[in-house]
Amino acid sequence: MYTANEAALACGVQPGMALAAAWALAPQMHVHKREPGREAEALAEAAAWAAQFTPNVSLEGHAGLLLEVSGSLRLFNGIDVIASRLRAGLQALGFTTALACAPTARAAWWLAVSGKETIVETPAALVARLDALSVHAIGWPPETLTLLEAIGTNTLGEVMALPRDGLSRRAGRIVLDQLDQALGRRAEPRQFFTPPEQFRSRIELPSSVAVAGALLFAAKRLFVALAGLLAARSSGVQRFTLQLEHDGAGVTSVPFELVAPGQTEAHFTLLTRERFDRLPLDAPVEAIVLEATEFVPLTGQTLSLFPDPADLASDWPRLVERLRARLGTPAVHGLAVAPEHRPERAFRCAEPGQASPALRFGARPLWLLAAPQPLIEREDRPCLHGPLALVAGPERIESGWWDGTDIARDYFIAEDTDRTLLWVYRERREIGGWFLHGMFG
Amino acid sequence: MSSLAKLLEHPALWRGNTLAPVRSASLPTGFPRLDRELPGGGWPTGALTEILVPGHGIGEVSLLLPVLARLSQAGRWQTWIGTPHTPYPPALAAAGIDLARLIVVTPPDGSRPGRPAGAGASSNRHRHGDASRKPCPEERTGPQRDTLWSIEQTLRANVCGAVLAWLPVSRPPVSYTHLRRLQLAAESSEVLVVLFRPAAAAREASPAALRLALEPLDRGRLAVHLLKRRGLAADAPVHLDLQRPHAMDRHHPAATPARGVPAGESVN
Repeated sequence: MYTANEAALACGVQPGMALAAAWALAPQMHVHKREPGREAEALAEAAAWAAQFTPNVSLEGHAGLLLEVSGSLRLFNGIDVIASRLRAGLQALGFTTALACAPTARAAWWLAVSGKETIVETPAALVARLDALSVHAIGWPPETLTLLEAIGTNTLGEVMALPRDGLSRRAGRIVLDQLDQALGRRAEPRQFFTPPEQFRSRIELPSSVAVAGALLFAAKRLFVALAGLLAARSSGVQRFTLQLEHDGAGVTSVPFELVAPGQTEAHFTLLTRERFDRLPLDAPVEAIVLEATEFVPLTGQTLSLFPDPADLASDWPRLVERLRARLGTPAVHGLAVAPEHRPERAFRCAEPGQASPALRFGARPLWLLAAPQPLIEREDRPCLHGPLALVAGPERIESGWWDGTDIARDYFIAEDTDRTLLWVYRERREIGGWFLHGMFG
Repeated sequence: MSSLAKLLEHPALWRGNTLAPVRSASLPTGFPRLDRELPGGGWPTGALTEILVPGHGIGEVSLLLPVLARLSQAGRWQTWIGTPHTPYPPALAAAGIDLARLIVVTPPDGSRPGRPAGAGASSNRHRHGDASRKPCPEERTGPQRDTLWSIEQTLRANVCGAVLAWLPVSRPPVSYTHLRRLQLAAESSEVLVVLFRPAAAAREASPAALRLALEPLDRGRLAVHLLKRRGLAADAPVHLDLQRPHAMDRHHPAATPARGVPAGESVN
């Protein structure tokens, strides 16, 4: 038995028990086999996430993370802020935490594994805290513990009171070295964790889900992990994919494309909410995978005291993405002028933010109909609500013979009886007739 | 006496014979006659403006072109939501609007029936109301859900200088609650927000800070009725000359052959 939940503990099950004994106490207990591979993966994910607070993250054992935060205190406004953000973030990733902080890595680790969640800032205070720690909780080898028990020492304070040479001879070098490292008398070089260059994480849902909206919670957890890694690498992603694994073998792939690299969990979650709201699911989902392979490096931002309208405007890609997530990509676009005489081809839909060529045209209406609308003719005059009065024109446009969609039209500005101003043309080719093509809004 | 004058300057105090003081900056309309009638001397920002129009093509957008061009030149973005037809870029560019700072949004339930190329989005729309969707009140029901949602998101994003939206006639009409929501979103921004609504909407109550009804007159002039403004109620409409293409050519022998491009100086 490695660990047990509260219900099992209430039945008397204790970590460290033989499995048979535990079964005897709690026959209805579920037992899960440990999977060291997945534990290591989870720890690496947590490390990648935590790397946003400091580049110096190292792994300890199978469930420990050590962060050297002294260089980050100023940026994050103090150790309390870092501690609370670490706690909240790791909880959002689905971990339970015991968090301690001390002037040395070894001491912080010992405090954390002993379950003493404190923040110790000075070496003097550290000695007092370490004195009270039990020697059993800090992961020393059993033979050392037997020896210390035989001597009659139970706390680190008592161990430290022993003569050094005798202790070194009888308990081995390691005890003394670790004590020195904890107290800062001896350096403890550590190997730092390098955050990976891409992200892939999978969550198995506790029960299969048939409604896409309900997947958001699981997706959010993945986004927290991704956002941490992105912050650690000072990068953003422009593209990511959510794969929904179904009960059978099927996979629904939901790709996301962003207008500008995104970095925050809130942003990813917003986009996903809009997409999931409209996503039909063919089969219940069992697991969900988030994959982001291309990281785009982002430049830093200077924080300013007062927001400036230009800064606000730089946020426009977020708006476009948000709208597109719900309405679909074609429904949100920019416009550009095109070098072409035929009115229906003199513009095109562009990506928002794309510059348009500077071209001059004659008088053009603000509204263009999707297709010219035929007008009836009475006494040789075009009519819409009533007979139209031509107020300007004609402007002859004849073009396009080379691609088979040539036009030959005389355009006029006309006023309807309801005083709307229209852009109409007379067809000059054989079919003839009058057409409404736009309105001067 | 001086203490009374001081007291009268208090922002919370409003005298019935004046226009109300405004909190956020106003943008001059480009029509001095209209500016004189508007609280703050221009289009309000951070509040809804409603323009009620009998139809499209009477100069309803031309009324805004001066302010839109000015915002554009200041590098501000503008978003047009649910336009009744395609806004025609050659005319926008000629009016001084920077097309690189323009976002056009055509929600599937908007006023334009023929959307540019929205196969994906329109199939999405079919799925709306699907039994598998989780029911969610308020925001997701009612007329023009997507249009209202788009407006609100755009206001909340607070990246634009101006947001123009077209709300067509709908059954049931857009509710006061929805408009109130937009008004609140507008208050959190510094955006010029203009809602174009059918003339029939004049009968309905609205939380908008400014409501104008437009009436086309002869020779391209426009009568602006101030249905609602903050402060003193207006009694007479404002007559504006929009300089529309009317003025430039009164002779139009329809049958004469082409004489080339009409003089393009006007703002339509």
